[in-house]
Amino acid sequence: MEISNLTKERIHDYLRAGKRFDGRGLFDYRDIVIETGISKNAEGSARVKIGDTEVVAGVKLGVSEPYPDSPDEGALISGVEHLPLSSPHFESGPPSIHAIEMARIVDRGIRESGFIDFKKLCIKEGEKAWTVFLDIYSINDAGNLMDASALAAVAALKTAHFPEYDKDADKVIFGSLTDKKLPLTESMPITLTYYKVNNAFILDPISLEEESSDMRISIAMSRQGKKVIINACQKSGEVTVAKDELISILEKAMDKWKQIEPKVAKLIDKK
Amino acid sequence: MSYTKRLDGRKFDELREMKAIVGIVPNADGSALFAFGDTIAIAAVYGPKQLHPQHLQDPRRGILRCNYDMLSFSVPERKKPGPTRRSHEISKVTQWALSEIVNLEEFPNTVVDVHISILQANASTRCAGINAAALALAHAGIPMKEIVSSVSIGKIDDRIVVDVNKEEEEYEEGAGSTDIPMAFLARSKKIALFQLDGGIELEQLKDAIEAAEQACKKVYKIQQEALKDIR
Amino acid sequence: MSREVVIPGETIIAGEDYLPGDGVRREGNELVASRFGLAEISGRLVRIIPLSGVYIPRRGNIVIGRVIDITFNGWSIDINAPYLAFLPIIECPRFFNRYDLAENADIGDMIVAKVLNIKTRGVDLTLKGRGLGKLEKGMIIAVNSNKVPRVIGKEGSMINLIKEKSKCDIIVGQNGLIWLKGETIEDELFSEKAIKFVTERPFVEGLTEKTKEWLEEKKK
Repeated sequence: MEISNLTKERIHDYLRAGKRFDGRGLFDYRDIVIETGISKNAEGSARVKIGDTEVVAGVKLGVSEPYPDSPDEGALISGVEHLPLSSPHFESGPPSIHAIEMARIVDRGIRESGFIDFKKLCIKEGEKAWTVFLDIYSINDAGNLMDASALAAVAALKTAHFPEYDKDADKVIFGSLTDKKLPLTESMPITLTYYKVNNAFILDPISLEEESSDMRISIAMSRQGKKVIINACQKSGEVTVAKDELISILEKAMDKWKQIEPKVAKLIDKK
Repeated sequence: MSYTKRLDGRKFDELREMKAIVGIVPNADGSALFAFGDTIAIAAVYGPKQLHPQHLQDPRRGILRCNYDMLSFSVPERKKPGPTRRSHEISKVTQWALSEIVNLEEFPNTVVDVHISILQANASTRCAGINAAALALAHAGIPMKEIVSSVSIGKIDDRIVVDVNKEEEEYEEGAGSTDIPMAFLARSKKIALFQLDGGIELEQLKDAIEAAEQACKKVYKIQQEALKDIR
Repeated sequence: MSREVVIPGETIIAGEDYLPGDGVRREGNELVASRFGLAEISGRLVRIIPLSGVYIPRRGNIVIGRVIDITFNGWSIDINAPYLAFLPIIECPRFFNRYDLAENADIGDMIVAKVLNIKTRGVDLTLKGRGLGKLEKGMIIAVNSNKVPRVIGKEGSMINLIKEKSKCDIIVGQNGLIWLKGETIEDELFSEKAIKFVTERPFVEGLTEKTKEWLEEKKK
């Protein structure tokens, strides 16, 4: 059922008092669970749960000709699919604009942070390079698929290994993974999305909160040496944002990122 | 030359380790996971709910709609996301396998959607999908005569084997591999899915059907336990 | 009286004396489950109590629904069921303004109503009756409709207990939507937690007592 006027108003009342529907503080995340290696046929894979929200992500690799404008680099192709299995609101068919936008935000965070060392994906300049296919699927939508997707993407990439590649036959031997990991850097992007509900901003909304939100700002950040850098941003939705509001959110995001990053890194690496 | 020992060491009538869990998608009205070894299927059911557009409605009964698909990274060589001719066909045979057991006469003009996703594939994905879907439908409280259980039978060279895995499916020596996915209704013992790919003589096909019936009993046991395990 | 979880196609009991009730059919001498749920044998009657699945409206049920459309003669209401419900103007108490339906109940508003009739294409609702009408303020939570009997308890014992301890007004719709209104946000969150406590324990015996203990402990 879609959200009612009554519940929407109540959510506003709560937020004015600094409370959430499920008792959390405005910027508290639900519990995050990360499981890696969930699909044996993927070169890397992960399941991320944030509360009742669940997504899975998988990495597949392929060899192809590099793009002419970057002949010594590999490529990344990211996709997000909102499976109709995961919510009564999702329909079968080609990806919705929401899924496409989500994939674009995930993709930009990874690309702009330099998390993947694309040069090391080159096999022979101008002729052969690895392409990283990153696919993310929703399993249960209980709000905040955006941040969950970005997190699952990073976790899947971090556990990815190259399959064997027969240079002479120019064939990837799928199913036999090597010890060689995907070339990643220390700059792991994590995306935090702030949702504006009435006059308040919150993190990690449940479905009801997400449905009563008119605008959101996604911010992907990563560590570059000693600094934390903002790599990708997107304001989505029809409502505008004031300048000082935006700046305050960016500042909050920076602080939150610094808290959350070591935790996430630990969750991914624990296996 | 003959296939005297299975590639993964199983007995000829031995299934891979099965796993079934009910209620894995909280959003859905019913949901389940079913695995044969490394083949993992999840299914979610939504409905009965009103069907739009109206011209698709059936005033005599509700409609069962199935949608089977594989995640891109569920197979060794990445599958391009989106439906294929194969997934369309499997969706249809899945719907047929489930149609006789569900009773949607109480719900005219509605639809029950069954969504099946293959998380990890190592052959027999349609069978795992049907097993998960049957559980999800029961979990959704849909009126059902009985449960359907599915398994794939193979003829590898000249031997009948139960629950074919990928390696066996690709077996090329001798007579190669024949794949026979089947489904049996648990109570009435009727056959709800029957497909065959390869080459087999009639007498041996009879043996295969017998093997399928025996194996489906084992599948049913796992399904039964999973549904009763709900707390 | 005995109760056991059964799955479709399972034989519940054999014998000519037994009568098949809801979700049960007879096959020869056997009574067989036609849906998943809790089989209950009470005297000669064998029936299945659903544990899961969507809400199926029954005549006389009190339901909570959301206005999704306004027509010239009433409101379309989503009651979380396989069919849309309709509330005709003639089923409203007299003081309703017939010329501006939106003033009474606009799209997105919540109402508590009674199921009047069930037809093949939908459900008719009425607001004639005590306590029925538009819901003001408060909040709505959703539970599985099959758990509603547990939330209400024997003769309302459970829900009265929760109302008393949480100091909230609560209306439980048979369709699983529950309206809560408290003096403070804390009270509302508390009553929601109490309801979740009940719905997460569908198989526990003596649940009212256990809920009472829980409420008293949490209240401290």
